Amino acid sequence: MSTFILNVNGENRTVQVEENTPLLWVLRDNLQLTGTKYSCGIGLCGTCVVHIDGIAVRSCSVSVKDSALKSILTIEGLAQNPDHPIFKSWIDHEVSQCGYCQPGQIMTIAALLNQNPNPSDKEIEDTMSGVLCRCGTYPRIKKAIDKLISGEVK
Amino acid sequence: MKKFKKQTRREFIKVCSLSAGGLFLAAYVPLGCSKPDREISSNILSPSAYLKIDTSGVVTVIVHRTEMGQGVQTSLPMIVAEELEVNWKDIRVEQADADEKYGEQMTTGSRSITLSFDPFRVAGATAKEMLIIAASLKWGINQTDCYAQNGFIFNNINENKFSYGELVSDAAKLPVPQNVKLKDPKDYKIIGKRIKRLDTPAKLYGTAKFGIDVIVPGMVYAAVKRSPTLGGSVKSFNASKAKANKGILDVIQISSGLAVIADSTWNAFKGQELLEVEWNPGPHANVNNESIRNSFLTKLDTDGTEVIKIGDPDNIDINNENILNAVYELPFLVHAPMEPVNCVADVKSDKAEIWAPTQNPQVLQREIANMLGFRNIIDKLLRLKGKDVIVHVTLLGGGFGRKSHSDFGLEAAEISQAIGKPVKLTWTREDDMKHGQFRPASMHKLSGAIDNSGKAVLFTHHVVGPSIKAQLSKREPTKPDDFDMVDGSNPLYSIPNIKISATNVNTPVPLWYWRAVYNSQNPFVVESFIDELAVAAKKDPIDFRLGMMDSDSRLANVVKLVREKSDWDKKLPEGSGRGVAVFNGYGSFNAQVAEITVKNNRIKLDRYVSVIDCGIVINPDSVEAQMEGAIIFSLSAALKGEIIIRNGGIENSNYYDYPILEYGETPIIETHIVKNDFPVGGVGEVGVAASTPALINAIFNATGKRIRKLPVNLS
Repeated sequence: MSTFILNVNGENRTVQVEENTPLLWVLRDNLQLTGTKYSCGIGLCGTCVVHIDGIAVRSCSVSVKDSALKSILTIEGLAQNPDHPIFKSWIDHEVSQCGYCQPGQIMTIAALLNQNPNPSDKEIEDTMSGVLCRCGTYPRIKKAIDKLISGEVK
Repeated sequence: MKKFKKQTRREFIKVCSLSAGGLFLAAYVPLGCSKPDREISSNILSPSAYLKIDTSGVVTVIVHRTEMGQGVQTSLPMIVAEELEVNWKDIRVEQADADEKYGEQMTTGSRSITLSFDPFRVAGATAKEMLIIAASLKWGINQTDCYAQNGFIFNNINENKFSYGELVSDAAKLPVPQNVKLKDPKDYKIIGKRIKRLDTPAKLYGTAKFGIDVIVPGMVYAAVKRSPTLGGSVKSFNASKAKANKGILDVIQISSGLAVIADSTWNAFKGQELLEVEWNPGPHANVNNESIRNSFLTKLDTDGTEVIKIGDPDNIDINNENILNAVYELPFLVHAPMEPVNCVADVKSDKAEIWAPTQNPQVLQREIANMLGFRNIIDKLLRLKGKDVIVHVTLLGGGFGRKSHSDFGLEAAEISQAIGKPVKLTWTREDDMKHGQFRPASMHKLSGAIDNSGKAVLFTHHVVGPSIKAQLSKREPTKPDDFDMVDGSNPLYSIPNIKISATNVNTPVPLWYWRAVYNSQNPFVVESFIDELAVAAKKDPIDFRLGMMDSDSRLANVVKLVREKSDWDKKLPEGSGRGVAVFNGYGSFNAQVAEITVKNNRIKLDRYVSVIDCGIVINPDSVEAQMEGAIIFSLSAALKGEIIIRNGGIENSNYYDYPILEYGETPIIETHIVKNDFPVGGVGEVGVAASTPALINAIFNATGKRIRKLPVNLS
């Protein structure tokens, strides 16, 4: 067991865990930030995406050790601004069904748009194809993203 | 999913008197009446188990079905709000625990709206009438001089008004009126509108609580290691390596395998891997896909049990060369919801509290009570002293039928009882796939014939595969009604000679209901084969279908509309194709056209156009969302879904070897809803049925290749 200081959503949090523990489980079980979801556990499905220093990372596949002292943003952090355009567009298009994968979908597109406010269709497709949804909300995710990029949702 | 008998309104509404005073209206209550919740007092108007109004005018709708993405936490409140004449902003929602006072609570078979439409309308209308009576008594005027609007009762004579909140205390003392008048659908203001879902914001902000997010004080975490073979068991195990790990607290043997108890989910998962187990492989260690397929093949050419017979299909006078024969087959499938099954259980000596993402809370409650040796549910309802199982229903991160099974809840309760602590059990993704409950595989033998006018004159269909009902009941099916696997196996057309038969082939693979279940299998077979017959008749597939149905029917209407909306008669470029398929089930009608392009044996899904007639529509946005989801669910299975069984175990382990459709692979989907006042029909599973045959028929149209085995393999 080791002690790690994690900067999560602007706050320093101290946890005592094994150093190879995935960040996902530290967020969920130690810090009780359950907005970040578990689904595949091997970096395939994207439901557990958080931002580390602004980059979209699959928190099931990065260790607590490698996350320490970096700036971590989870869906709860992004939702500190509930009027964020992504949330507005997602609500406008009623994207969510069961909603389980949506934090991962939202964190993934948020990171892409932070890096590039005007991504091409190909970039969007390549990025979003890595986030699975079993309910089949993809057509609405696409519409919500299109409206964000066209500036119709601010 | 399962057939249900339509209840008349009279059967739904039973008014029961309470010893505490007042009356209580509920959905049919099979075992006498339960009392309202303790907090319900003279300050709450609750004429129904589904509804509470407080003195501030806030209306709380208690949703007894499970929210798993289909929008039931919004659509059921919409029905109450409509009849109650209340502002939508004054509506709150509460998820019901398992309790028979709500009637049955299964969220299966696309029935949440069809079964709840009447009782929820009656609940709203009854409360409204009580508020009107209370107001009329206060004013000393006739009820007919009062009307309800936007949360107020108005006095027609002088336009005075009382808010609902002001009337609650008086109304709560009134007897519950019977046979209240319901609104004419043409006056609907909320039903039929695109109301924003109430559960959406919390889901986006990460604050919504799914089963896997439940935290109770003092809980530990668990994962279970189960036999790699179907029906295998623990022979011996060595937990020393696992227990050397500080976070792993204990390893115990339970009915389904070995439970690792840990201080975190991650450590429980790690313990599951570190555990050294020797397994008794059990009796099915040699089972694989081929052996199961062979067991189907040996039955394929037998007669089977005749389930439906029209005309004289065995003695029809046709030349053998004019008879078209085909064999279709489908694999086992798993549900793979994004949220794997999980459960928090806190079992004490005299009571148990369960938090579960369950589609079937009352059955889970009953099964846990039986397992724990508690008094059964009848005692519980009669409030005899005894032990108690409380089941809280959480949000579901996808259900698709998987979470109507009780396996995960039983495991959690067994573990908690054994260790005497609250526990959160989480299945890994690998557990979810390897130890799932599977949609049956099946094989189908068909024959058909066309007459000189180009109409089908013969259709026979022998369905071979395992029956879920037979496996669960451990009874071999004999009567036609026993053969659940023929759901959707009958063509929707007037064909003079039809024979549908079935043969049950038992399998060690655990079977369960899966979105649309047999309607994800038979309509694919039937609508693909009808397409084969259309080709044989040299007819346009839509003309061929319309030629065999009543032109004024709701079915014909959706077919005609899909022709128009899909640009069916416009030519497509080389390499592209369209396919049509039709479905009737769950009280609804659906026609879909798939438009695809095939290049180098790769399929690009360009566009789906779907027309649905589901009678009265509560929330059109939810109908469209369910249609989009159902099409994508169906296409995931058609293009990618296949459970691989080898050496008696399931090989699939995660989304890389049980893939689902991705964002970039998804077609444009257009849904058109037919507007009418027919009785409300089901939606959630309807769209699954036609999507796959529409795809298969489009592949034929584009390439000339007829796919008869799923998943699709073009190479």
